[in-house]
Amino acid sequence: MTMTIKKIKDRAFFYGVCFFSFLTVVPLVAIIWELVSKGYKQINWSFFTESAPSTFEAMLAKQSGDILPGGIANGITGTLLMVCLAAIIAIPVGIFAGVYLAEKPKSKYAAVIRFIADLLQGTPSIIIGIIAYAWVVKPLGSYSALAGATALMIMMLPLIIRSTEETLKMLPGSLKEAAAALGAPYYTIVLRILLPSAFGGLFTGTLLAVSRVTGETAPLMLTALGSTAINWDVTAPTSAVPLLIWEFYNDPNLADMIWSSSLFLMALILILNLIAKQVAKKWRIQ
Amino acid sequence: MENPIIETNTPILRLNNVSVSYTPGKNAVNNVSVDIEENRITAIMGPSGCGKSTLLRAINRMHDLYPNIKTTGEIYLRGENIMEMDAMTVRRKAGMVFQRPNPFPTMSIAENVLAGYKLNGLRLSRGEKDEIIESSLRDVGLWDEVKDTLNKRGSFLSGGQQQRLCIARAVALKPEVLLMDEPTSALDPIATKRIESLLLELKKQFTIIIVTHNMSQAARISHKSMFMYLGELVEYDYTKKMFTSPTDKRTESYLSGKIG
Amino acid sequence: MTKNVLFKSLLFAASFIVLLICGGIVYALVSGSWEAFSQFGVFQFIFSSDWDPTIGNEHYGALSFIVGTLFTSFLALALCIPFSLPVSLFIGEYFKGKKIANFIGSVIDLLAGIPSIVYGLWGFYTFRGLMVDLHLSSEGFGILTSSVVLAIMIIPYATSLSAEFFKMVPNDLKEGAFSLGATQYEVIRRVSFPMTSSGVFASYILALGRALGETMAVTMLIGNTNLLPTSLTDTGNTMASIIANQFGEADGLKLSSLIAIGLLLFVITAIINLIGRFIMKKFAPTK
Repeated sequence: MTMTIKKIKDRAFFYGVCFFSFLTVVPLVAIIWELVSKGYKQINWSFFTESAPSTFEAMLAKQSGDILPGGIANGITGTLLMVCLAAIIAIPVGIFAGVYLAEKPKSKYAAVIRFIADLLQGTPSIIIGIIAYAWVVKPLGSYSALAGATALMIMMLPLIIRSTEETLKMLPGSLKEAAAALGAPYYTIVLRILLPSAFGGLFTGTLLAVSRVTGETAPLMLTALGSTAINWDVTAPTSAVPLLIWEFYNDPNLADMIWSSSLFLMALILILNLIAKQVAKKWRIQ
Repeated sequence: MENPIIETNTPILRLNNVSVSYTPGKNAVNNVSVDIEENRITAIMGPSGCGKSTLLRAINRMHDLYPNIKTTGEIYLRGENIMEMDAMTVRRKAGMVFQRPNPFPTMSIAENVLAGYKLNGLRLSRGEKDEIIESSLRDVGLWDEVKDTLNKRGSFLSGGQQQRLCIARAVALKPEVLLMDEPTSALDPIATKRIESLLLELKKQFTIIIVTHNMSQAARISHKSMFMYLGELVEYDYTKKMFTSPTDKRTESYLSGKIG
Repeated sequence: MTKNVLFKSLLFAASFIVLLICGGIVYALVSGSWEAFSQFGVFQFIFSSDWDPTIGNEHYGALSFIVGTLFTSFLALALCIPFSLPVSLFIGEYFKGKKIANFIGSVIDLLAGIPSIVYGLWGFYTFRGLMVDLHLSSEGFGILTSSVVLAIMIIPYATSLSAEFFKMVPNDLKEGAFSLGATQYEVIRRVSFPMTSSGVFASYILALGRALGETMAVTMLIGNTNLLPTSLTDTGNTMASIIANQFGEADGLKLSSLIAIGLLLFVITAIINLIGRFIMKKFAPTK
């Protein structure tokens, strides 16, 4: 092969790689552009404070050329309620299970648990919805925030377990030994030394888990169902931002609300991810 | 094979037939018996893998942390067999300083000094806390350097300062014995010199056992030295004597650089 | 001492909860699908493409949806590779460690964070129009549309995983090749790629696993018909989308059939994910 053909191949491949790489920016820009340009109109104070309009109210507004009344307050509060409920269980259980796994790298039982956590992580969210339906909706007899939170909890758990285990494994072994050499009992070593030192990683893992479940629609369709009003009763059907988006999508009168709520959802997830990244960076430097 | 034991005044620590194994059937430390004199610096020397760190860590029951390690024999601290005591109590009486400085990253300098108290749930009054912090930091020569930054994290300290902080942390608990596992091998020569002078001062308050792979360090600061080879205690004698006229051939080979 | 014992039991209990959840999942899926499987027989159910809810003669089968799932997912994978591979080379080889690689990496992370429903909306309102204009589909719904959007959705995941493997190729190995006069392309082809091929392969398997379970975007773009899809322009349903569509109002035999489909999806996804993770662990034990 001559020098020139070699060089041509090399350059061609390089340009191809660059071209396709920048091409991936295209869908991102396209999606964000669509959301921003169509969604900003609908964002105002009532967007955050009022519940979604009914299809009748929307129809009237459209006829008179106004922007739609109301907002997504019922969705925001629902998401908040269910994510918090899910986190209250997922965070402590996840962290403790992660500690357990980090402390027992060789046990067969631990390997099984790790395996199951991987399994859960790869399970489609709609199936988790079915599970929460079977566990909570059926016995309770109705859709509920509790059921939705259960589904979200199951989805958050493996992420928190994994990030806890990984972070703990990265801590230098001398930390544990130094604490032990001072006479500290095991539980003190874990709670007072290991976990605080691992805080950055745990925080990041939790934020990422939260941002992941915030955008989920499918499992909530089978568990929380949705609601037209702001709801704080955990045993009653509850709305959530993605659920509202789905409702808007299905109702031609409410279609205008889609963009603002999607913009809000994306911004929320983006902010959570950015915070998580910043924390991860700062913590790594230390 | 004889284990030469020389007694002078009060032995504060007595090891009797101590063996440690990582895998069954193979001893990393084999039948070591030795008396350690109070308020002296005793060095443990030997080539890599001879078992010196393993022996040191048996004294504060560190091996308890690892289920596959088995320790046999007796270790008496002021007449009490520490092998039968609660491990955490032992560790308060025998403090340890490690090869790499390891101050707790989430605690301030002051908190690091008091870490032994905090982790053991021992309550101190405000006055007692301040007193311990100051005296421990003075003992290691750090007080003037950090007295205005006690509430900052220790990460900005140099390696030598961090190690002195770890020593302060260990002495704050007022242990009987200080176990030092190659405390200067990760430090530069100047920091090493400072810590060696420090140890010579500290021995007035504590009994110090120092594992070192640096023969000249042992020669500079220790009163007596143990030479270990392949898990055995080969020779134990006054440092000056061992260096000038060693009894065992293996000791002589090590000191002249032929082994290790 | 008892505090230690208590604490250790707490840790164990937390790990045991994971086990319980898994057991609960298996139990719920199996017991829920019992009715359907006993009525239709397991094999019959899997291989039947009926979906007939007429009362008195209900007949359900999963085949249309299994085919829909596999069709869209594999197609999405095939479409994703020509984009994901160059980007992972960009990040992991050509511009490894440089600012531009960090930028593209951040873009990829952003793409990964976009929720499924937003992809579905974009697909429905914008991309669909594109498909119609290109005469690729009459109304824009169907296998092809959903596969393309699905491909875009799994690109970030596949890219970040495989980029890690390219980053792991040791520099001195590559420098050895360069010093013999190789071009970058040749180094990739002869050194980096052979070293990373198992890991990259595993990354794509895991991306496939992700695609299999995608629900919202696919539901909004696949056309929601219950017939067996045979060509790119056909509409259909996947296992995930049929559940999403019909679960809310189903009961009795239909509900059980949907749960049975859920069980099948669970098993298929689990197998694919486990294969992927197994290859990864064997190949790169540090990950």
